[in-house]
Amino acid sequence: MAIARRPRAIHKLSERIIEWLLFLAAASSVAVTVGIVFVLITESYEFFKFLYEEGRIVEFFTGTRWTPGFAQAAYGILPLLNGTLLIAGLALVIAIPFGLTTAIYISEFASSQLRETIKPLMELLSDVPTVVYGYFALIFVTPLLQQTLLPGMGGFNALSAGLVMGIMIIPYIASVSEDSMRAVPMSLREGSYAMGATRLETSFRVVMPAAISGVIAAFILGISRAVGETMIVKIAAGSQPVMTLDPTESVSTITAFIVAIAQGDLPYGSMAFLSIFAAGLTLFVMTLLFNLIAFWMRARYREIYE
Amino acid sequence: MNKAVAPAQIHTEGVINPKAEVRNFSFYYGAKQALKDINLQVETDAVTALIGPSGCGKSTLLRCFNRMHDLYPDNRYEGEILLKPDNINIVSSRVDPIEMRMRIGMVFQKPNPFPKSIYENIAYGLRIRGENRKKVLDEKVEQALRNAALWEEVKNRLKESGTSLSGGQQQRLCIARALATDPEIILFDEPTSALDPIATASIEDLVSELKGKVTIIIVTHNMQQAARVSQNTVFMYLGEIIEAAPTEQLFTNPKQQKTQDYITGRFG
Ligand SMILES: Nc1ncnc2c1ncn2[C@@H]1O[C@H](COP(=O)(O)OP(=O)(O)OP(=O)(O)O)[C@@H](O)[C@H]1O
Ligand SMILES: [Mg+2]
Repeated sequence: MAIARRPRAIHKLSERIIEWLLFLAAASSVAVTVGIVFVLITESYEFFKFLYEEGRIVEFFTGTRWTPGFAQAAYGILPLLNGTLLIAGLALVIAIPFGLTTAIYISEFASSQLRETIKPLMELLSDVPTVVYGYFALIFVTPLLQQTLLPGMGGFNALSAGLVMGIMIIPYIASVSEDSMRAVPMSLREGSYAMGATRLETSFRVVMPAAISGVIAAFILGISRAVGETMIVKIAAGSQPVMTLDPTESVSTITAFIVAIAQGDLPYGSMAFLSIFAAGLTLFVMTLLFNLIAFWMRARYREIYE
Repeated sequence: MNKAVAPAQIHTEGVINPKAEVRNFSFYYGAKQALKDINLQVETDAVTALIGPSGCGKSTLLRCFNRMHDLYPDNRYEGEILLKPDNINIVSSRVDPIEMRMRIGMVFQKPNPFPKSIYENIAYGLRIRGENRKKVLDEKVEQALRNAALWEEVKNRLKESGTSLSGGQQQRLCIARALATDPEIILFDEPTSALDPIATASIEDLVSELKGKVTIIIVTHNMQQAARVSQNTVFMYLGEIIEAAPTEQLFTNPKQQKTQDYITGRFG
C-alpha cells in the first residue's frame, strides 16, 4: 500500500498538467481567432473614422466606385460586393444541381464498390490547388467560350471564373450532401419502398427531405467557399471593380481586391492600407451571416435519428 | 397459370380460402440459407401470426411477401409465393417488386414516419400512385386516419410533422399510411415491440378490427399477443415451419413436441 501511494500522486499531477496543456492549446486557438477579429475591427475602425470625419460614411454603403489606391479615391464597397455575389451566384448555379445530383447518385444508386471509388476521387478533386482552377478558367474555359458561344467576350470575365469555381465546389456540395443522405436510416427508405415507391421517388421524396439540414449546410459551405475564393477570380476575372450584372465583363471581388492591393507597397496606416481591413470585415460579416443562416436552418429543419 | 407445374397440393389446417400460398420456398442471404422448404397457406381477410424463437426466420419470411430482400445485394428466393386469386408468383424475378409492394403493405418494428406532415405521410402512397386531386386525397387521408383510430387525435394538426407524434401514434400513422392505398395484404413485423403497454393495446385492437377487411400477417415475439389477435398461428424454428394451425388449437393442443415445448416456455 505504501508503494502504491507515490505513483498515484505523480499520476494525479501529470493528469493535471496534461489537462492544463490541453486547455492552453484550446485557449490559444480561440485567442488567435479573437485577436484576428480584434485587429480587423480596430483597423476598420480607423478606416470608418476617416470616412466619418470627411462626412463620407454613406459612400461606403451606397457608392458605386471603389478606388482606394488612387489619388481620386472612392470608397463604395458595392462594386466588390456585386462582383463577389455575381461570381458566387454563377458558381452556385453550376454547383448546386450537379453537386446534388452527384450526391443522390452516389448515395442512392451507386453500388458500394463504385461509391468507394468515387468518394476518394472527389476528395482528391477538392485538394487541387485553386491556382490550377484559375489557369484552367483563363487558358481553357475562356478561349472555349470565345470560340463557341461568346465571340466578343474579353479575356478576363466573371463567367468563366464563376463556372470554374462552380466546378471546384461540386465535390464539396456533393460530399457533404452525400454524408447527410447516407445518415438517413435505412428504415425510412424501407418504409418508402414498402409503399411501392421507386428508387427515384424514394430519393427525392423521402431521403432528400430527411437529409435537408445537411444539404442546406452543404449549400452554405459552398457559398462560403465561393465568397472566400481568391485565386480563380484574380487569375480569370481580372480586377476591375465594376458594377455590373453582365457575366461576360471583368469584375473584382473582395478577396481579389485585397490580394491585388496588398501586392503594392502600401504606406502603413494609409487609407488604401486600411481599406483592406474594411473589405475584410465586410467579407467576415457576410460569411458570418451565411453561417448564422445555416445554423438557423439546421435547427429548424433538423430531423434527429438515433 | 403455374398450377400445372405446381407440386402436390399443399394445405394448411384451418385455411379455407387462401390469399397467398407459399410453395417449396427457400430463401438465402448470400450463401446462408435462412428459410428451408416453406409450405404455407394464408387465409384471406384473417390474421395469421408468425411466432418462434429469435432468429428462426419470422422477419425473413415476412419480408419475402413484399420483396423487401430485393433492396440488398446477394439475396435469393427459391420456390413460389403465389398471390391469389391471380396466382402471380410474388418472388419470381420476372415479377416487378414494385407492383407487388403496391398490392402488399407493411408496418415495421420501429415506427418510421417520413419527415413530412401527418397529411403527407398518409398521402404518400396515393401520390406515388398518381393521385393528386386534393379532394380525393383529403377524403382518403381522413378515412385512413379514422381506420387507424388516429383521426380524433390529429385532425387539427395534419400539417405538423409525423415525427412530432408519440411512439404509439407514430405506429398508428404508419398503419394508416399502409391502409390508405387499400392493400390486399398488410405485413406487420413486431409492430408493438417498441411501444408501451397502452400503445400496444391500441395497436392490438386495431389489428383485431382489421380482421375481415384485409389479410394480415403479423410477426410477434409475444405469444399472448398472437393468441389475442390472430385466427391462425404459424410456429417456426430454425428456418422451418414446425406447425401451422388455428391459433386456439396450436396453443391448447399442439401436434408437435417442439411447439409444445415452445409455448410452455421450455425454450425460446
Ligand atoms: N441481412 C442478413 N444477412 C445474413 N443473415 C441474416 C440477415 N438477416 C437475418 N439473418 C439471419 O437469418 C436468420 C433469421 O433472421 P430473422 O431476422 O428472420 O429472425 P427473426 O425470427 O425475425 O428473429 P427476431 O425475433 O429476433 O426478429 C437469423 O439466423 C439471422 O441471423
Ligand atoms: Mg424479426
